[in-house]
Amino acid sequence: PLWCDKVLLRASRRVEIAYFSHSQITRLYSRFHSLDKGENGALSREDFQRIPELAINPLGDRIINAFFPEGEDQVNFRGFMRTLAHFRPVEDNEKSKGHDASEPLNSRNNKLLFAFRLYDLDRDDKISRDELLQVLRMMVGVNISDEQLGSIADRTIQEADTNGDMSISFSEFIKVLEKVDVEQKMSIRFLH
Amino acid sequence: MAVLRRPECLLLTALLLFCWPYSSSALQWDEDLNVELRDADNATAETSLNKQGNQTEHAPATIDTLPIVTWKWHHVEAPYLVALWVLVCWLCKLVFELNHRVTNIFPESGLLILIGFVLGGIVWGADKKATFALQPTTFFYYLLPQIILDAGYCMPNKLFFSNMGAILVYAVIGTCWNAGAVGISLWGCYEGGAMGHLEIGFLQFLLFGSLLSAVDPVAVIAVFEEVHVNEVLFILVFGESLLNDGVTVVLYNVCDAFVSLGAAKINAAEIIKGIISFFVVAFGGALVGVIFAIILCLLTRCTKNIQIIEAGFIFVISYLSYLTAEMLSLSAIMAITFCGVCSQKYINVNMDERSVNTVRYAMKVFANGSETMIFVFLGISAIDPAIWVWNTGFILLTLLFVFVYRIMGVFFLTWFLNKTRLVPVETIEQVIMSYGGLRGGVAYALATVLDPVKIKEKNLMLCTTFLVIYFTVVLQGVTMKPLVKWLKVKRSAQSELKLIEKLNNRTFEHTLCAVEDICGRIGDNWWIRGWNRFEQKWICRYLMKPSARKSQDYLFGVFHQLNLEDAVNYVSEGERRGSLAFMRSEDAASVDFKKKFGTDMSDIMPDIMVNTDFNGLDVSIRESVPSVSLEIHENDTKNLRNNNDVNVHHLLQQHLYKSRKHHRHKYSRSHFSINQSEDEVQEIFQRTMRSRLESFKSAKMGVAPAKKISKHPQKDRQQKMSNGKSLDKSKAHPYGDEDFEFSDGNSASGGEAATYQTPYYYRVAGIVNRAFMPEMDTPPTMRTPPWLSQAETDGSVAPSQRAQRSLPWSPSNIRRLAPLRISNRSTDSFIMADVVKPPENPEDRVA
Repeated sequence: PLWCDKVLLRASRRVEIAYFSHSQITRLYSRFHSLDKGENGALSREDFQRIPELAINPLGDRIINAFFPEGEDQVNFRGFMRTLAHFRPVEDNEKSKGHDASEPLNSRNNKLLFAFRLYDLDRDDKISRDELLQVLRMMVGVNISDEQLGSIADRTIQEADTNGDMSISFSEFIKVLEKVDVEQKMSIRFLH
Repeated sequence: MAVLRRPECLLLTALLLFCWPYSSSALQWDEDLNVELRDADNATAETSLNKQGNQTEHAPATIDTLPIVTWKWHHVEAPYLVALWVLVCWLCKLVFELNHRVTNIFPESGLLILIGFVLGGIVWGADKKATFALQPTTFFYYLLPQIILDAGYCMPNKLFFSNMGAILVYAVIGTCWNAGAVGISLWGCYEGGAMGHLEIGFLQFLLFGSLLSAVDPVAVIAVFEEVHVNEVLFILVFGESLLNDGVTVVLYNVCDAFVSLGAAKINAAEIIKGIISFFVVAFGGALVGVIFAIILCLLTRCTKNIQIIEAGFIFVISYLSYLTAEMLSLSAIMAITFCGVCSQKYINVNMDERSVNTVRYAMKVFANGSETMIFVFLGISAIDPAIWVWNTGFILLTLLFVFVYRIMGVFFLTWFLNKTRLVPVETIEQVIMSYGGLRGGVAYALATVLDPVKIKEKNLMLCTTFLVIYFTVVLQGVTMKPLVKWLKVKRSAQSELKLIEKLNNRTFEHTLCAVEDICGRIGDNWWIRGWNRFEQKWICRYLMKPSARKSQDYLFGVFHQLNLEDAVNYVSEGERRGSLAFMRSEDAASVDFKKKFGTDMSDIMPDIMVNTDFNGLDVSIRESVPSVSLEIHENDTKNLRNNNDVNVHHLLQQHLYKSRKHHRHKYSRSHFSINQSEDEVQEIFQRTMRSRLESFKSAKMGVAPAKKISKHPQKDRQQKMSNGKSLDKSKAHPYGDEDFEFSDGNSASGGEAATYQTPYYYRVAGIVNRAFMPEMDTPPTMRTPPWLSQAETDGSVAPSQRAQRSLPWSPSNIRRLAPLRISNRSTDSFIMADVVKPPENPEDRVA
């Protein structure tokens, strides 16, 4: 429809849309449109929650939250694309693209930041023990007891914590995961 | 051979004893019976029995005196031999599975072929002729159908159909390419004089090429399962091998017809007819399959009153589809594949869940059993000097061409497909695909069908086929795993050592899955949506039971159903979980035990685990064993003092939810697990729904999310444990049972671990107490760990976790399980339902 074209045109002018090719935008837009049951050009949390697979993903709701800027209940196509841009594979020739000043959304650090935000609920740029425990609880089966989980959380924090404040800051998070191939593990091939 | 153990030897002697009378008497019998007996091992009971019956009728029935017992070996001979051979083959498998060290290196199929050689050699030594050989009729009518049906029935439909294009390209074009290229190249070499003088014409070469073109999935899939290739690659290879069995047979028939026709009569019209017949046969077979699938679905709609045998219908109807297609000279393999693929969804909802499990289980038994037999007989059949004709040029060139053209075909087709595919197939996957071009039973059976009158060099072809099979199954099978490992290692050369890395890797996987789902990775095309709508509207109406259809309606319906199930199965569930927890802690204990000795006993681990595996439900444990032992081994050699770390690693590894990539595929032919992963899925699903419901409530009604953390001590677990070795422990600490796994590990390692131990008892006590006190009485200085209070406000409390921990016999639990049904009540009553009476657990008060 005309409306759709207008959005696409507007969207393609945006900087972050430079991450995607035209056919990808079209495809993602049709997906966006099919998710948008209210047909108001924006997705709400309920729209995301309707995806059945997310209900059986232990981190499903956290990831849904990652799509929403703080304090907002709606995400438009631009925001949608912006979040998805984190999952583009990193390419060598990509450095010329994207923002001029800051690094692209799909850089290693931004991918890590996305993961970090999944833990960091209160946005104080620290993963506290409680926050870690919450995520752990979501990700393990019921047969593990709280004290075992607590011990796991303690050890995890010990591994990463360098300044001894019993929490993981973002820089510590980057440091401890430096051997992990984040570029590959946080990339989706079809967004190529 | 080291694998030849005592039971095996005993069996062989038993077999020999039976072979003697048979072989001596066989000589006296007439020719046609002798032919029958060549495949007596597998022949149908009916036909052999008829023959047997006729035979005994001929015999004079005059007797002098009444015999009390008579020796009636000939009455039972054929079925007896069939049963005996089945037993022998399965025992071979049993013997191999006793020792995982061998099967880890050597693929099972290869081992079975080797043991087939041994058995064949024994038969030969006893008989001086190849008495037993796999006959093509036996293969096609009694061994193959169940394997194909199993594959079709367990096919992941969504994946299969979304990759249908690629699968068809590989199966049809790839197979034709293999057949044509091998045939033409061999012919070229023959004309060039590479193999001396043979009586093979161009068409015969093509025929030979076509029979060698079938890729046998069995060995590849066994390897694929272990190396965790991604599901797309899996479905590509799986689907290709399934369909190309069918395509090969069709191609073979067309070529065979050309050979019969003779080169002189072939003109353009005949070739076009051949191509048309190719498509008619293949797609006609598929159509027959679909028709029978519809019949099957309609039938299962009304089998409610005969639940005991409803599972049997699936086998009978599917087999009928196979035979019908064969009767119409259409592709039987395609028919039974599509019968399974198309009907699975509907019959699974139409039938009772127990019947579904029965069908799945029985199918695995049949498929795995006949697969075993096929491999053993591939070995046995080769022990016959009559078929061995050596022609170095022919044989070596065939091996070379088969290998090379497979690689070329895969790479070319993938290059072509990658242009249009959303998710490209990577180079490493192409290597695996092309290396996985193993040939198997179909090639052998087709080679035996060759008519020696038309094809003078039948034996040369047969023995070359044998060699191709052995070369691919044994050699490539053995080297496949190291190759894959090597390629994988090259790709990500690092080992996970840190907990946070492990945790984050899993987080990444879940995140990727979620984002893929959000993007609608698998087909958001209009025609898929259109199909879904069409299916919802029409197909489901006719093929599904009304009751089953209703429950499919929408998400909340599912949730409702899950809740109901939960409530009904509650007691048994609790018990099962309890035993599972028990198993787990024992598992941890054995790990500790092992670590204390610090020797390289990691290979013994699987055996220990298998022994403790008595209730058959804890598939998860068995699944986790390899990684556990591997990891421990790795850590042991690294530093022995870091035992506690290992324990934590192990614990985390074992309990983290697996993402899609890690679930064992249900189409695994050798493993059957009753929805172990579904349990997990249900758990997560309930958690998510619960948390959504609570946030929804808090948003709508302006009330704080219901506080209902109730950490009951795990009664059932405690009961289990307290009659075991932890008796003293649980007396010293009321919650000792909960801490059992952990404290054991810690005390084993000592040192810093001790610092962890005490606070946790403390905390547990705090948690439990809290649950049994009225909420407002909780003092702020409560020893509740901070994460817990966080969890309350967050609302991400695991319902099933709570469910599991609460006591099965308290009626209020049932109510709490179904918030949807009581949601019209006030929130107060909802909260009230959660308050469990303190006296139920006096121990808690003590703490």
